[in-house]
This record gives sequence, structure tokens and C-alpha cells, in this order.
Amino acid sequence: MYRYDEFDQSFVNARVAEFADQVERRLAGEITEDQFRPLRLMNGVYLQLHAYMLRVAVPYGTLNAKQMRMLAHIARKYDKGYGHFTTRQNIQYNWPALSDMPAILADLASVEMHAIQTSGNCIRNVTADHFAGAAADEVADPRPYAEILRQWSSVHPEFSYLPRKFKIAVTGAERDRAAIQVHDIGLHLKKNAAGELGFAVYVGGGQGRTPMIAKKIRDFLPEKDMLSYATAILRVYNLNGRRDNKYKARIKILVHETGAEELTRQVEAEWQALKDGELKLPEQDLRAIDAYFAPPALDPRPEGDDALKLARLDSRSFGEWLDQNVVTHKHPDYAAVTISLKGIGEAPGDATDSQMEAVADIAERYGFDEIRVSHEQNLILPHVARADLKAVYDRLVEIDLATANSNLITDIIACPGLDYCALATARSIPVAQEISRRFASFERQRDIGELKLKISGCINACGHHHVGHIGILGVEKKGSELYQITLGGSGDETTSIGEIIGRGFASDEITDAIETIVDTYLAHRTDKSERFLDAYRRLGAAPFKEALYAGEAKAA
Amino acid sequence: MKILTANRLTDGIAVWLGPDATWRESVEGADLARDAAGEERLESLGKAALANDEVVDVNLIDVEIVDGAIRPVRLRERIRAAGPTVRPDLGIQARPEPLYSI
Ligand code: SF4
Repeated sequence: MYRYDEFDQSFVNARVAEFADQVERRLAGEITEDQFRPLRLMNGVYLQLHAYMLRVAVPYGTLNAKQMRMLAHIARKYDKGYGHFTTRQNIQYNWPALSDMPAILADLASVEMHAIQTSGNCIRNVTADHFAGAAADEVADPRPYAEILRQWSSVHPEFSYLPRKFKIAVTGAERDRAAIQVHDIGLHLKKNAAGELGFAVYVGGGQGRTPMIAKKIRDFLPEKDMLSYATAILRVYNLNGRRDNKYKARIKILVHETGAEELTRQVEAEWQALKDGELKLPEQDLRAIDAYFAPPALDPRPEGDDALKLARLDSRSFGEWLDQNVVTHKHPDYAAVTISLKGIGEAPGDATDSQMEAVADIAERYGFDEIRVSHEQNLILPHVARADLKAVYDRLVEIDLATANSNLITDIIACPGLDYCALATARSIPVAQEISRRFASFERQRDIGELKLKISGCINACGHHHVGHIGILGVEKKGSELYQITLGGSGDETTSIGEIIGRGFASDEITDAIETIVDTYLAHRTDKSERFLDAYRRLGAAPFKEALYAGEAKAA
Repeated sequence: MKILTANRLTDGIAVWLGPDATWRESVEGADLARDAAGEERLESLGKAALANDEVVDVNLIDVEIVDGAIRPVRLRERIRAAGPTVRPDLGIQARPEPLYSI
């Protein structure tokens, strides 16, 4: 993975020192809250309902064991013993004291981490496919490009005060696991007919109050042009994006109001002036960054197949985990493992300090020191020898992280919601917990098959409800929580925005409503191979509406 | 009826103003404003505490008295007072008797 050079390290250290001084002056009363607020936000410090919250960047979701141990240490020493992994592949701490922030940031800096640009109207953490570098279906690892974008966008003077925040996602595979079409810029790394690397460029996707699917404005952009083209897009946005209305300030609105064709024309015109300048990426720089992300030396481990056959016979639960949470790797003797942070009835994305430490140990022992955070709020071990899977599983069982539910109905994305978040209108986590408990049976979950359920506690949609096969949005109505359901959303290469199915449900009705939807799907699917999303796309909303609301219409 | 709430500057912990004009970590026994004059009094104490850098995000919130105890009207404020409704083993939500049925 990428290692800080001297410049990176001294920059981060300088920022820690600067912020430590700002915190000290704030605590001494030398600066007011109005003066301090933008400073703390620039360093990832929010004020939530119960306490401050610190959001730490995990660049493109990649961590090593040492970093994960530091995250555990921070959870233990400065928080209440847990952290929350987010849909932005970051981690949030819910309880740190302001007076501890300098120490926390110094600890993070000691393992090449920070909280810069995790807030504010700047380019945020660049996200990527969590199986990057391991996935059997990828053209090339997208992370070197994410790293180049990270370096370029860090305290970029021109793009530090954009009309609104800006999110870039990169994938290197046909199968989109990074939801690139709901980002401000989505880059799909691919090869052209000549075998050269480049990107399909998507612009103007986003969720929130006005969900939009990104428009593809270029089918193939040579890799060397990535920064000049991104700069052209950002310039057009920075100049023309709306600053008069926060709700209309994201680039998706600009794309929508300008029209994709005209916006493309503007971007291309800007790019013509930039493309042959200093932003053109020299081949040797590209390959130098690539080298940081070279896959580990994966020695042949052909004994894996026999070992797995035996272990399967021995343990049914291991077999189930293998089928659900382990995916094919580029190297036939290896696999990528999803560590579910969605234990039945647990808060999605939460991990305790000791779990984080244990995952770090496992990664070091069996996973070439590599860990990923997925936008689906799970952890990933991207390179594990198939022969070691049983040992990894056994360790995960010991720390209660062996839930075999990846991509199933209990693998729920849920934002912090009204339990923590100052912007929330309703709770998310308890809804996730109750649905998880209702569908606890793995037989039942597996019978239902792939089903992505996503919950947000307000219209900001951090819980990605718009792209959930089933999405739940919590709102406040007459002082109570009300949950709106959307169906048919998807965040993959066939991205679609879910449709609101009808009136919302109270907190004590929502789990039943979800069960009704699932039962309706089971009754209507052609067979088990037709996933929920496929069935919804074939059937439309009618049978689901009928099942949810028909009784009411008759009664009325 | 209203009470005054804020977050403590140093650690961000939610606090409520007590009758002795000190900030406490519990909503119980908070100083109640029953009329406009009371509200004004609380507001001026809040402004002073903000200027003093004791607290941030100062707000007057609506409450009612239920079974003799203060109960914030909005769910958001009940959750602030009682702690998150998850992770019941930690924090103020770990008290033996829950403060509210949310
Ligand atoms: S969706 Fe709303 S409630 Fe959930 S984390 Fe985002 S801002 Fe907070």
C-alpha cells in the first residue's frame, strides 16, 4: 500500500500541530465557537447529539494491521471502546473529548492517518472497490488512481471552497462495487481495444434530497489525462455550481440544469486548455504509484482445495460462511474474505476495540497485512490463502465476527441516525437491529438470496437508501418516527434509484412491512435464481403495493 | 415549559442547566422556565455560559412533566437526555432504570 513520503508526513504533522494550537486557544477562550467551528470541521471534528464526533479518513478503504491497531487504541483510550465504519469507507468515533483531539490526531499521524477533508465543501475521501487488487474480474487495481487523486485533491487551493462537498469513486471492474454512478465523479477503469488503460467518466450522480444517476460524459479517457480531466470538471463546477442554495449546490444539480451535453462541451473545452500542461501524468509517475500497490507475493498454496473439502464436511457453519462471505480471487489458491460487521441484532458497521485488534492480528498472520473497509460497512481481507480460510474463520468465530450474511437481507447498511446524528429525523440502527433479528434464520436468509437493504435516518441519505433493493428513509412526522420504503434501487453497474412505494410506516410497523415485501417477492419470483431486484424490475411495484396497502383501500 | 440544554465545550457531553445555574449531565432536576420571564432568564444564563466558553450549541427546549419528572417533548431531545437507544451497556443509557421509554 501507499507509504507517506517525507512531504506527506511533515504536512500531516504540521496540521496536527496547527490544530492542537487551535484547540488549546479555543479551550482557553481565546477564540470563539464561531471562529473555531470551521477549523474543527476542517479536521474532521463534528458536534453531534451527545458529544463530539471525529471522522477519520481511510483512503479508498485501505488499512494495514498497524493502522487498525491504532484505530482500536483510539476507541479504547479516547472513546467508549468502539468505532463505527461508514458508507464512505471511513471510521467515526462517537465520544471523543475536544481536549483529547490533539492527542488522537497525533496518534493517527504516527500511523500515516488523519481526519483532513472529512468535512467541508472540498474533495472528500476518494472511495474504491473494496476488492481492489484482489478481484478476479478487475482490469487493474483502481487504488493507484485513487491515491493520485488523493494527493492532488489534498488541500488543493482551487478546490477547497467548492459550492458543496465533492465525492469521487473509482472501480477497476465491470461489476461495480463502488457505486460510482451515485458519486459526483465516478471513474470506471478499463482497457481500450489497444489494451491501454483509461476511464469511462461519469459525472453528477448523488443521493441525498435529489437523487440522480451520473451521466457518462466520456467513454474512454486515457489514464495520463485523469487529473487534467478531473480539474476541468471541477473548474466548470466551481465556476457554475450554485452557491445560492445549499440544496442545489451539488454538481448533480448543475449537470441536471445545464444538461449533460452542454456540460460535457464545457468540460471538454476547459480540458483542451489543460490537457497538455503540467497535469498530464508521466508514465513513470503512474508506474511509481502502481508499485506501492503491487500485490503481495502470493506463493502457490494448492493444498487449499483439499483442506476446504475436509473442513466443510466437518463444520456446516464453516461451509455456510465459505459460500456467503468468501469470493474468488485473481489467484486460484487465494480468496477475498468479507468480515461481516452485521452480527444479528448488532449495530451495522460498529466494531469494538478488541475486535479491531483481533482483525489486525488475523490480517497480519493470514492476510498479508491488508484490510479494507467496504462502503457496505464491512471489513475485508483481500488476500487469504484458501488453505488458511478455516483458521481465519475459527478466529472470527472467537470474536463474534463470523456471521455468514454477506449480501443477504441482514447485511444492512444503516447510518448512525437519531441515536447519534444531529441532522437525523429518525433512528436507523434500531430499525436495522429489529429487521436483523426478524430475519435471523440463515436458512431463511439464504432462501431469500441477495437483497440489499439500506437505511438512512434523514434525507441526506448517508445510509444509501435510494440505491437499496429495499430502502428505508426515516422521517419525523408529528413528533414521531415514520419510515418510508423505496423499492428497486441499486448501486451497481445497473444503477437505479428506488421508487417510493406508498405511505410510510411507524417504527412498530416497519419490520412487518419489510417482511410483507419479502414474502411477496418469494411468492412471485420465477425461481430461486431470480433475485429480489430482478423480480422487482420484472414485476414493478404493483404486487408489493397490493400486499402492503390493499387492506387499507378496502377498509376505506 | 422549557429547560436549557447545551454541550460542554471541553468534551461535548450533553448538559442541562440546573437551578443553581450549573450545568449537569442529567436532565433530572433541570431549571424549569414556566413563563416568558423564566425563558428570558434561562436564555441570558445560556448566553453568558456561551460567552464564557463553558458550553456550545445552547438551546431552549420544550418539556413536559410526566409522573413528576421532566420529559422533553421532542424525540431528539429525549434521546439526548437518555443516551443512544443502542449499546445499552454503555454510557448514560446503561442506568438500571431507563429514563424514558422512547
Ligand atoms: S443520513 Fe441523515 S441521519 Fe443518517 S448519518 Fe446522514 S445526516 Fe445523519
